[in-house]
Amino acid sequence: MLELSRLHRRFAGFQALDDVSLSIAPGEFLALLGPSGSGKTTLLRILAGLDYPDSGSVLKGEEDFLATPARERRIGMVFQHYALFRHLTVIENIAFGLRVRPWRSRPSRSDIRARVDRLLRRVQLEGLGTRYPAQLSGGQRQRVALARALAVEPDLLLLDEPFGALDAQVRVALRRWLRELHEELGLTSIFVTHDQEEALELADRVAVMNNGRIEQVGPPEVIYQQPATPFVCEFIGKVNRFAVRRHADGFAAGGWMPDGDPWHGRFTEAVAYVRPEQLRLAVPSSLPAWLAHLRHIYLAGGVAHLDLYVASLDLALEADVASEDLSRLGLQAGMELRVAPRGAVLFPLDGKGVPLCEERWIWHARSPVAA
Amino acid sequence: MSAPLRSRPVAWPRRVVHAVLILLALVFLTLFLLLPLATVFVEALRQGLGPYLEAIKEPEALSAIRLTLLVAVIAVPMNLVFGIAAAWAMTRFEFRGKALLGAFIDLPFSVSPVVSGLVYVLLFGARGWFGPWLDSHGIKIIFAVPGLVLATMFVTLPFVARELIPLMQAQGSEEEEAARVLGASGWQLFFRVTLPNIRWALLYGVLLCNARAMGEFGAVSVVSGHIRGLTTTMPLEVEMRYNEYEYVGAFAVASLLALLALVTLAVKTLLEWRYGDEIAAHAPGGH
Repeated sequence: MLELSRLHRRFAGFQALDDVSLSIAPGEFLALLGPSGSGKTTLLRILAGLDYPDSGSVLKGEEDFLATPARERRIGMVFQHYALFRHLTVIENIAFGLRVRPWRSRPSRSDIRARVDRLLRRVQLEGLGTRYPAQLSGGQRQRVALARALAVEPDLLLLDEPFGALDAQVRVALRRWLRELHEELGLTSIFVTHDQEEALELADRVAVMNNGRIEQVGPPEVIYQQPATPFVCEFIGKVNRFAVRRHADGFAAGGWMPDGDPWHGRFTEAVAYVRPEQLRLAVPSSLPAWLAHLRHIYLAGGVAHLDLYVASLDLALEADVASEDLSRLGLQAGMELRVAPRGAVLFPLDGKGVPLCEERWIWHARSPVAA
Repeated sequence: MSAPLRSRPVAWPRRVVHAVLILLALVFLTLFLLLPLATVFVEALRQGLGPYLEAIKEPEALSAIRLTLLVAVIAVPMNLVFGIAAAWAMTRFEFRGKALLGAFIDLPFSVSPVVSGLVYVLLFGARGWFGPWLDSHGIKIIFAVPGLVLATMFVTLPFVARELIPLMQAQGSEEEEAARVLGASGWQLFFRVTLPNIRWALLYGVLLCNARAMGEFGAVSVVSGHIRGLTTTMPLEVEMRYNEYEYVGAFAVASLLALLALVTLAVKTLLEWRYGDEIAAHAPGGH
């Protein structure tokens, strides 16, 4: 169990970590997700012993992790640009962590060799052991970096943007492979990413960071379906955002009304977030909806993105439908549609127009009808 | 598949310009570099190989060679250590006065060597700040070997650091951080990661540093006192012989220095050709 509490870290002129607390369970695969400058890499470097917080503590069980030198933390780290030793071969790179051990705890030459061979097989790089990093592709380098980190048999694996420098196809393949590897080895892994898709797909839990703070921690489905703050709504996936006002008979926005008011009239304004796949198209005229003009259909393989313009909101919305539903619903650019959210996340605004996260309202349509 | 590389056909006026420019560069090089260099060897061997070797075997010449080597053997390793330390500090740490340190490293390039020599005389000379104290403790710096070493170190101080800083900046510290997380101690980190990455640039810097250390005249001349056989290095020996109309002797010793320059140039070119990407793009400024 790794217990991070109240970490602060300030660099010249900006707060990299602002009161960050987080606990990480053994065997967990945790993603630190956030835009650049959100503090996620700083957090990772503190765990690796490459940086230290100004205040706060990190406990590993009973042990004060911050007082443990980097070399005794039993950590494997994969750096963003892999940081392979350019003057050493793949084998020498992987063996590095074992060879630098004091002779009492250093495995014998043949043991090291055997362990390196095992790792080469595990990361599917047999036969490339005598190459230098410059002679490898990006994906191969990444796997060497991983093998090098695993060679020291760490308790904790840290990955800094592990897929950032790879092209899209290699990335997806390596992602799945890494997930399998994590399950096989059963070690605790923490990885930093700015790619929400990567975080949601890979991690058991995602911590969304912004401006040095953790906005929300939770399993991917909770992060996606029940975002805790406007930032999480906007950072995770695509989202439509619009203003909602309270009238005599409840909240409304341009002809659409979410039923109910959990705030009992305390707020008059709110901001609503609706995901593209939560927009229902072709709503029957008996239900409240917006009249939308379908401006364009962007076909992206299995999914089609619809560019809708809602005159009553004076806003462009995006809706996603399965490509095969396009013809079923008879959708064509230029047509008029009745659309309404199937669900939404709303945050009330206080007097100064600041959203109040603790008053979040997750709204669902009462009788969800398939579009 | 690809067609043999051929320069683009150019219109003849441009070809004329090419030819004129190349010719001009060649004439300049011949006139100002090759000819003087050749003269050194021609003059040295004017009376044949015998007198040439004779001139080098004179005790003063041998002592000058020994002294030059001694000074280089002390000054170059000192600057090697300083250069690595300074480059490390400049590229791996953030601290107040970093820009100032950078400027100080460059100082010897911008100060006239004579002035740097004079500074040591003012500090350690008989009437200098520390002169009386040194004198009372029987330590002799000016007009002695320590002074020569100090002056040489001052003049050659930037060479190693200036060679390493851009390279280490470009390489970044990620590999060192990786080594640290993998459990390497400070020394292991330096000898197994940092040093192998900078070795060619370091050799390059040491080479330039050495060439300058052996060839330095101005600063050394001021602190030497020109005691023949005791405090004259090779460049000083050349001058003294020349002033005494011993042309063959002067050029004989000068030819050794020229030889050193040629060897340095050859190794330097070899390094640039073979390890160009591991040597910082910018060679140190002004010599």
